[in-house]
Amino acid sequence: MNLFPVRQLMLAFLLCCSVPALAQEVASEPADALKEAQPIAEDPEIEARLIKLAEDLRCLVCQNESLAGSHAELAEDLRREIREQMKAGKDDREVIAYLTERYGDFVLYRPPFKPVTYLLWLGPVLFLGIGGGAWYMTLRRRRAAESIPADEKKLAAAAQLLEEDK
Amino acid sequence: MKRWLPLVVFLVLVGFFAKGLFLNPREVPSPFIGRTAPAFTLPLVQDPSSTFSPADMKGQVWVMNVWAPWCVSCRQEHPLLMQIAQNGGVPIVGLNWKDKAREARDLLARTGNPYFAVPEDLDGKVGINYGVTGTPETYIIDKQGIVRMKHIGPISPEVWQTKFEPKIKELGA
Repeated sequence: MNLFPVRQLMLAFLLCCSVPALAQEVASEPADALKEAQPIAEDPEIEARLIKLAEDLRCLVCQNESLAGSHAELAEDLRREIREQMKAGKDDREVIAYLTERYGDFVLYRPPFKPVTYLLWLGPVLFLGIGGGAWYMTLRRRRAAESIPADEKKLAAAAQLLEEDK
Repeated sequence: MKRWLPLVVFLVLVGFFAKGLFLNPREVPSPFIGRTAPAFTLPLVQDPSSTFSPADMKGQVWVMNVWAPWCVSCRQEHPLLMQIAQNGGVPIVGLNWKDKAREARDLLARTGNPYFAVPEDLDGKVGINYGVTGTPETYIIDKQGIVRMKHIGPISPEVWQTKFEPKIKELGA
């Protein structure tokens, strides 16, 4: 039995790849496509690394855009700088060090784990703990309220009343 | 007490959000404060055969203003810079960031030149080394060549009086 219909999977994969590619060609002007495609043709390996790295970096001009997606002039300059450094053989860590040295941790979308960011990283766990604690306490209190043993005297009194009624 | 807890939590959150709302996201803390100003040697706009380097300013407190001829908010602070230069305060060096020397020369000839020197950073690499995100940005550099303050955005007379003047005095200009 064939669990993995390889041929079908491959077909689906190819379709997925080709659709965006087609869309892009239609969307961009030929001149634009040429301009943007050129550096990719130059060294696809570095270009892939650049994009992967730049996606986790903040564009300092349009602060909610990544360095990979921004069209701000500074972002282009920084991408060029990163590209040059990668070509010079620097690894990703060195490139990031180069950027944080100049722009601070603010360029990183994933801030490092250090004393100033403890609250940032551990905050969610902390809040989950507080919420969970409150939830547990409420449940316990409710259960305790439900299982209050009935007052024996009152029960006896009620039974008596019922008895008298008969 | 218990009844007020949600209100208290709500007010604390409002407090945080209100604070966040009035923070300026452009005010990125500079990692350069307290570090030596990056060295560079760049040609001057007025005279490309001579150069400027921060080392030339050793022994005095100076201000580096990163600007560009096309930058509108730089024009906004220009009259103030002129005034400071006329009063003979600290020397202001105007790093011309990513624009042609000719443009800068023309503009300064038209509107007046408040700068002690105008180095030309055409490809913007020196700006990047200083962590510049846009123009105008202004640095105070002390006698030992250490960056002491960075201001992002145009300098208003108020900012000059409250942020720059005390710092410059403290550094002993």
